[in-house]
Amino acid sequence: MFTDANKKRATEIVALYPKAHSAILPLAHLAQDQDGWLSPEAMDEIADYCDTTAADVQGVCSFYTMYKRRPCGNLVVSVCTNVTCLVVGGPEVLERLEHKYASDHDVFVEEVECLAACGNAPSMQVNYEYHEHLTPESAEQIVEDYKAGRLVARGVSGGLA
Amino acid sequence: MINVTIDGKTVEANPGDLLIKVAQENGVYIPRFCWHDRMKPVGMCRMCLVEVEGIRGLPPACTMPVAEGMVCHTETPAVKQAQDDVLEFLLVNHPLDCPVCDRGGECPLQDTTLAFGPGESRFVEEKRHFEKPIPISDVVLLDRERCIQCARCTRFADEIAGDPLISFVDRGGHTQVLNHPDHPFASYFSGNVVQICPVGALTAKPYRFRARPWDLATVETSCGQCAVQCRGALQSSSNRLVRLLGVDSDAVNHGWLCDKGRYGFEYVHSDARVREPQLDGKTVSWPQALDAAADALRSARDLHGAESIAFLGGARGTNEDAYAIARLAKGVIGTDNVDSQLGDGLPAELILGVNRAAIADLDTAAAIVLLAPDLKEALPVLHLRLRRAALECNVPIIDFSSVPHGLTREVTHALAPLPGEQGKRAEQLVGALNGNAADAIVAAAAATIAGRSGNIVVVLGRSNLAERSDATVQAAAALAGLANVKFLSALRRGNVHGALEAGLAPGILPGRVTIEHRDAVQQVWRTAPEVPGLDAEGILRGAIDGTIKTLVLVGADPIADFPDRALAIEALNAVGTIIALDGFGNASNQRAKVMLPVTMFGEKSGTTTNLEGRMQRVNQKVSPEGIAMDDWRIASEIALRLGDDFDLELVDEITAEMIKVSPALAGATPALLASSHDGVRIPVREHATEIKVRKNNAGLLDGEGAVSWEPIKADVEAVDVELATHESADESADESAGEAGAAVIDSGETPSADKATITAPTAEASATVAPTAASVLLTWNRIAPSVSLPGRDAYAVRLVSGPALYDHGNAVNASASIVGLRGPSKLLVSAADLQRLGVTNGTEVHVASAKGAFNIAVHAARGITQGVAQLAMGGERGANALIDVGSSATDVRVETIQ
Ligand code: SF4
Ligand code: SF4
Ligand code: FES
Ligand code: FES
Repeated sequence: MFTDANKKRATEIVALYPKAHSAILPLAHLAQDQDGWLSPEAMDEIADYCDTTAADVQGVCSFYTMYKRRPCGNLVVSVCTNVTCLVVGGPEVLERLEHKYASDHDVFVEEVECLAACGNAPSMQVNYEYHEHLTPESAEQIVEDYKAGRLVARGVSGGLA
Repeated sequence: MINVTIDGKTVEANPGDLLIKVAQENGVYIPRFCWHDRMKPVGMCRMCLVEVEGIRGLPPACTMPVAEGMVCHTETPAVKQAQDDVLEFLLVNHPLDCPVCDRGGECPLQDTTLAFGPGESRFVEEKRHFEKPIPISDVVLLDRERCIQCARCTRFADEIAGDPLISFVDRGGHTQVLNHPDHPFASYFSGNVVQICPVGALTAKPYRFRARPWDLATVETSCGQCAVQCRGALQSSSNRLVRLLGVDSDAVNHGWLCDKGRYGFEYVHSDARVREPQLDGKTVSWPQALDAAADALRSARDLHGAESIAFLGGARGTNEDAYAIARLAKGVIGTDNVDSQLGDGLPAELILGVNRAAIADLDTAAAIVLLAPDLKEALPVLHLRLRRAALECNVPIIDFSSVPHGLTREVTHALAPLPGEQGKRAEQLVGALNGNAADAIVAAAAATIAGRSGNIVVVLGRSNLAERSDATVQAAAALAGLANVKFLSALRRGNVHGALEAGLAPGILPGRVTIEHRDAVQQVWRTAPEVPGLDAEGILRGAIDGTIKTLVLVGADPIADFPDRALAIEALNAVGTIIALDGFGNASNQRAKVMLPVTMFGEKSGTTTNLEGRMQRVNQKVSPEGIAMDDWRIASEIALRLGDDFDLELVDEITAEMIKVSPALAGATPALLASSHDGVRIPVREHATEIKVRKNNAGLLDGEGAVSWEPIKADVEAVDVELATHESADESADESAGEAGAAVIDSGETPSADKATITAPTAEASATVAPTAASVLLTWNRIAPSVSLPGRDAYAVRLVSGPALYDHGNAVNASASIVGLRGPSKLLVSAADLQRLGVTNGTEVHVASAKGAFNIAVHAARGITQGVAQLAMGGERGANALIDVGSSATDVRVETIQ
């Protein structure tokens, strides 16, 4: 369920489009920013805002891997292992983080394809906030900083409303 | 018309037609999976790739509109290679579990692979795996491994049914069809996706593992669950009905069925069926039962006069059944207290006497005026046709509903009358069309109508059963005064239109005439009523005041179906003798002295007539349960015992007699009915030019190749049909006697395979036929009762009620696959009223009217006006427990329970 503030946001977002249906993606970001994942209930609620069915929202959202359809803790850590990152230590970063957070339900480490930050490879995102020029140690430190609240991600839906 | 060359043959086509269709119509089959003639093309499966000269690569024929001079090749090496490749790809992930797949033997993927495929696969890797069938609704199961992602099912759900509850989820190799976990694919039309899926990915619980296609025997028939009468292919195995598939009838159902029709025939074999005649509750032989029924009727007539006998029902069988019952009641016993509607319809003079529209007229209408119950609940496939007219043909809908319904989203102008004010609102619309608009909404509606050409099609039924029909009649009277107006009846019960045409209404005789025009029936009948009798309400009141002493229930259950249950119960308790012709025991016939078990769907042949007046053949597929008998035969046996020998042995003979005495049927013959595709529309002479005759006398479903996943099309040809005179109708029936029930009957001199049985009317012959059709046919006098609405009580809500699809009738109760789909009754009110009550959605409240009271869950519904409440008919907590049929509105008090 959207919080009251996000309900207001959602209404504003829907109003930006000529057809309510077009607001599915931004509302899905909003819900994911709020809950950390896109729950079936959230898809249902988005369907109401967008004048469609929950099945339709689920179909649209499942096309994009950035929408998580199961809970994945507060931190989504996306580590790139595509070509550039591969040659300068991406897999090592991934291995370190995967190992360290294997049983931490608050941190979800995933392997992703090129994040378009090859210039400063290896790269990763934490809740879609970029971090570059990594070593396994610096990456771990960054995640710890997020866990401790020393770093805070802005959220994907931040600039929308 | 333009010219297109396909595989060296030049053919004519309409510009814009799709290449795949043009090819098919000219005998070239291009393989396909995703394309379906009744849905928009998507080009998803690539099975239909062809070569088109001048176009690079191989375009899909299903998305390629034809153009002048287009040259196309469907069998070149490049095309063959593409077909091989596409099939090899599709089979990469297909499990090939044909031996345990329900589709095996009629599977388009099997057939197409055999006809067009490579024959072997190079794929040795692991296929994708999913949990084997998962339910996506209470009826439909999905095996995602078998799915080839053609999107037929998802497109059907969205485009056709308007219930987009399934969609593709995930992408790439993981793409799968799925519903949302909290929302099953609970569509009234879900069975259609099973029929059109080109593989065995979608299966339906009722048919799963019940039969193999090659074990099935098939007849073409019409569904009888509602008055749309969708065409279907009825299949049986070992003398049990196992499946009904939609047949693509251009005129009626476009190949679709609703789930009630598709799965609701299970009641036929239900244990609850009455299989043997009963007298005073004890099983007896047919002669004993018929003697008892005849004795009861004879003594009632002798002691109290024919008017003490009444007949209710007759809308559930065939036309032949209805006609024989009408002849028994009106022509043998001599009572006119006969009604096939149970207070839930409209006056017969109105339905029979207005300018009637065909379903197809919706597509070309200037506007559709909706003055009907929620069609999604009452007449589901008509609902689909209206959706199509609105969305595909852009026909505006002008809505007279007081509450939201299945088509609310498609409505262009909502006139939103309060319950009981439909008449007033219709007069305002007519006023606006004549230049003086009462408000902006009617002005806009009138402007829409004025801006378009074509007919106004009024879909006319009972939009509210919680009020008398007066306001609807008043609205019809106002609208009937317009030029270019046609009415499409939205009466609901299976063969109610056939029953009305056969004379099962007070003051009416067979063939759309009033009792003043007795001459036609008197050629055959011994007598005919002279003064109009009572309708259902009058009959029930007569039972209470003692004037009606004997009641014959012909498949009727007034306690369940009459809008005022209290009145029906009182009447059924008061009446002296009840004789019931029924397939089931029910609340109304439990006291019956004589219970006569009748044949039901699939157990009988004959004709039925749908809401557009289309009369088509229905066919028997299985032998009757027990020793049930056709209604018409029961009627004629009783008549014989009353001293009037109908002398009718075969169903075609009774069809012929019915035609002979029915001015509106003049020109038809049993043979014409059997050989015409889409039947004939009544009055037959007026619609003679529309009659299409089957090319092949065998009928479309005989022989091989009855594929179910593509629209099942009939093999038809337009021929000039000259209609028969009454005399020749007679003859052809005699000749047909030897092969009744067979598809087509030869008659006389032109038994050419391509022609219908036709005898030219001579001037002399028509002169001797007593009634000349046009002159005597009923015309509605547009006299409407005045409506005086009771004053509003500030604490009450005014009730709007209609039927629900999954109702409390026997067809649902005794069909295991659909009875579970019936939801609990709920009272729907506006959000404001819910707030006023101070309760939340789903809370039980107490509702009470002058007639009854009960507790029921209340919910707020979008679009309901404050002060209005909606509640479906039927069941313990149905609106019929609250309605007073004597009142022009039903006001109910809603109170919280302490
Ligand atoms: S389930 Fe059947 S109809 Fe639906 S996409 Fe798959 S193959 Fe096509
Ligand atoms: S719409 Fe009516 S006739 Fe058609 S399948 Fe459903 S119940 Fe049968
Ligand atoms: S390869 Fe890692 S960001 Fe491009
Ligand atoms: S039939 Fe043409 S692409 Fe599927």
